[in-house]
Amino acid sequence: MIREHEALVVGAGGAGLWAALELAKAGVDSAVLTKLYPTRSHTGAAQGGVCAALGNQEEDHWEWHMFDTIKGGDYLVDQDAAEVLAREAIETVIELEHMGLPFNRTPDGKIDQRRFGGHTRNYGEGPVMRACFAADRTGHMILQTLYQQCVKLGVKFYDEYHVVDLLTEGGELGSGGRAAGVVAYRIADGQLAVIRSKAVLLATGGFGRMFRVTSNAWSLTGDGVSLAYRHGLPVQDMEFYQFHPTGIVGLGILLSEAARGEGAYLLNKDGQRFMERYAPKLMELAPRDMVSRAIVQELRAGRGIDGKDYVYLDVRHLGRQKIDEKLPDITDFVRVYQGIEPYTDPIPIQPTAHYAMGGIPTNIHAQATCDAANTVVPGLYAAGETACVSVHGANRLGTNSLVDLLVFGRRAGRQMVLDVKGQDMPDVTDAAAEPVRAEIEALRARPKGERKEAIRKELADVMMDDVGVYRTAEGLESARTKVAELRDRYQHVSIDDKGTTFNTDLLEAREVGYLLDCAETMVAACINRKESRGAHSREDYPERDDVNFLTHSLATKGADGAVALDYKPVTITKFQPKPRVY
Amino acid sequence: MQIELRILRFDPEKDQKPHEQTYTVEAGPMDRVLDLLHKVKYEQDGTLTFRRSCAHGVCGSDAMLINGRNRLACKIRVDQLKARRITVAPLPGLPVMKDLVVDMEAFFAKFRSVQPYLQADSLDPDRERLQSQAERAVFDDTTKCILCAACTTSCPSFWAQPSYVGPAAIVNAHRFIFDSRDDHADDRLTILADRDGVWRCRTIFNCTDACPRGIHITQAILEVSSRIVEHQA
Ligand SMILES: Cc1cc2nc3c(=O)[nH]c(=O)nc-3n(C[C@H](O)[C@H](O)[C@H](O)COP(=O)(O)OP(=O)(O)OC[C@H]3O[C@@H](n4cnc5c(N)ncnc54)[C@H](O)[C@@H]3O)c2cc1C
Ligand code: FES
Repeated sequence: MIREHEALVVGAGGAGLWAALELAKAGVDSAVLTKLYPTRSHTGAAQGGVCAALGNQEEDHWEWHMFDTIKGGDYLVDQDAAEVLAREAIETVIELEHMGLPFNRTPDGKIDQRRFGGHTRNYGEGPVMRACFAADRTGHMILQTLYQQCVKLGVKFYDEYHVVDLLTEGGELGSGGRAAGVVAYRIADGQLAVIRSKAVLLATGGFGRMFRVTSNAWSLTGDGVSLAYRHGLPVQDMEFYQFHPTGIVGLGILLSEAARGEGAYLLNKDGQRFMERYAPKLMELAPRDMVSRAIVQELRAGRGIDGKDYVYLDVRHLGRQKIDEKLPDITDFVRVYQGIEPYTDPIPIQPTAHYAMGGIPTNIHAQATCDAANTVVPGLYAAGETACVSVHGANRLGTNSLVDLLVFGRRAGRQMVLDVKGQDMPDVTDAAAEPVRAEIEALRARPKGERKEAIRKELADVMMDDVGVYRTAEGLESARTKVAELRDRYQHVSIDDKGTTFNTDLLEAREVGYLLDCAETMVAACINRKESRGAHSREDYPERDDVNFLTHSLATKGADGAVALDYKPVTITKFQPKPRVY
Repeated sequence: MQIELRILRFDPEKDQKPHEQTYTVEAGPMDRVLDLLHKVKYEQDGTLTFRRSCAHGVCGSDAMLINGRNRLACKIRVDQLKARRITVAPLPGLPVMKDLVVDMEAFFAKFRSVQPYLQADSLDPDRERLQSQAERAVFDDTTKCILCAACTTSCPSFWAQPSYVGPAAIVNAHRFIFDSRDDHADDRLTILADRDGVWRCRTIFNCTDACPRGIHITQAILEVSSRIVEHQA
């Protein structure tokens, strides 16, 4: 039996929940589908803060925030979008406070603010206090607050429904078709729900699980990006993937930039604050791509601690009181996961795969677009880490992802409210679920074959080693070969659990498939971008090349299944590209 | 070292009732129980079923009964358990769907029942509502809840009376009752003064011991009870 809602939101992180609130407020019949309980979404793991030029601590202006975002993104940012981000950051943060978010407070009772990497006063003069925060669990508070409001407004949730396919009408998404709903697998009992809809928002988060060392949850497997790609949509700027400088060694668990925002140092084996050689003005608060590269350089020069592959993050001089008040969670992680006492010992850290700047291309109304002319795909929307607006360009600044969720999650919801009026319900039936039903049955029925975990592990190794902080033509070519091999093997993947009840074995196998799509497009886009910009650092092309590459990449699935690349211009309004020094 | 992992398993498609299954895995002292569960699932038996996502104690997916106590599998290390034999079972008191996965619906229904959202009657100002650092500090502890259900399902009063709203819901009510910006504390106090509200708490402290976020849950419950007494007076 087919169900229907006027609008569907896939994903219950910050982006999805805010969109759902807008739909509910407008009285649109809508629902949220999520493979995790909403409060388990990885937005809850965000730590440091959300930037908005409130000026509560010192002078600040949204124009400065806009500039920092563009420079931080190495000028690949669409400037109209950055302007929306910086302006609406202010109203959305205030709105969150009104919804009840318990921000830390200044002595006069306003929202407290602190420093964060790459955020500056007066177009780069020095660090500014712009990050609004709630201790070091800002994301937890955002997720809880938005979910609380959803409870208040009675938003309809399909909890633990894993979306396994998108429905289309009138052709594929990149060739004139419109989004028409989803097929979702109910995790509890394996039933497929076919839900048609006039508007579908993809807000499924990132895909950090394609790397060995990552700050991302197990569930971040690029589902939305992959499903859109399979249905003919291009994916944009996939070569830009951020490595956060300070992950717990081996595990990748994040230690927020908030630590450095509060004054923590980075030290090499000689006890030297090595950032003075890479970013003399901003030091530890330089943007993440630069700090991650600086760490790798130190390690290559033999200045890792004890010759090993890590350096120190040092918070000792901040004192117990500041550590307990401002950084309680991350110091707890250090105690639990490293067995180290941060009051008295420096913390071993290394870069960790963290954030996808690329994703589903959208315009500033969160409508998905399908070509270099930004043609809108009717009925399809994307917001949050899944989307590429592009406000982060080649490198995202800290705190700007949370801003992105708020600003473009809200915009997505509002746009869907407008668009569903006067639209017909797509004319799709249950039969639309047959292709994915067949895939799932084939997976269940396959006797012994490739183990999904082996494929995922090998993928994570090759992506980490060859598509990481630094890249070369040689490494990328070998990654391309490896990913192709893994794709072949994936055709024969088999699972142990053949049942219908809570079959995580089956869903994880599907997730590996999504990761392979994301990895394949990432590697192809990396190979083609013969320059270094933001997070994409080619050792064989160390300079930025604005003549040939001041342009967004679009990767589409070609008729033969191979990745086809196209490019589209960057929108430049106020700030002309300049060399990026800090 | 080798660890013997005894897991209480149940597959409704095959089993009449839960049964224990033992696996042997190689583990280091810093490994977490979640790592061991993954080793079993990925190297020995893909049918083993459990929830998990963040893997560092912030999402609340993997609360389970480990060596007789409710904990997050991703936050408890092998060396902390000080034993070569580790038993793992689903959270007590909630219906088991499969292996370590319980049906959380009843738990979330209790959460929703206490109006867990800010209700301010005054018109929203242009800027933020002001709140002093001291006012903010009063409810800081209870904002940390990740809804993992470790507390509620460790509570003997809940086991005895499943209609008891339970510690997690009271914690979330506390978070708003004591927020200076909220105007509807009284509504929540009325809800919690009910038969199935705070009075079922016997201050056994199991909840406080179980909380992976270190929330002083029993104290929060006592603060709510005294508010109810003041409110009724
Ligand atoms: C440890 C950490 C700390 C961070 N700190 C900060 C910070 O301080 N400031 C900042 O700005 N950014 C930070 N970030 C980045 C930021 O938190 C994330 O980019 C952002 O939260 C992503 O939100 P989202 O709404 O896009 O998706 P998520 O919150 O990841 O939610 C994804 C949702 O999609 C659902 N989903 C996925 N696939 C499917 C499917 N197939 N079917 C159904 N549902 C599905 C999931 O259930 C989930 O509800 C941090 C990130 C990490 C990992
Ligand atoms: S997996 Fe998130 S709390 Fe353990």
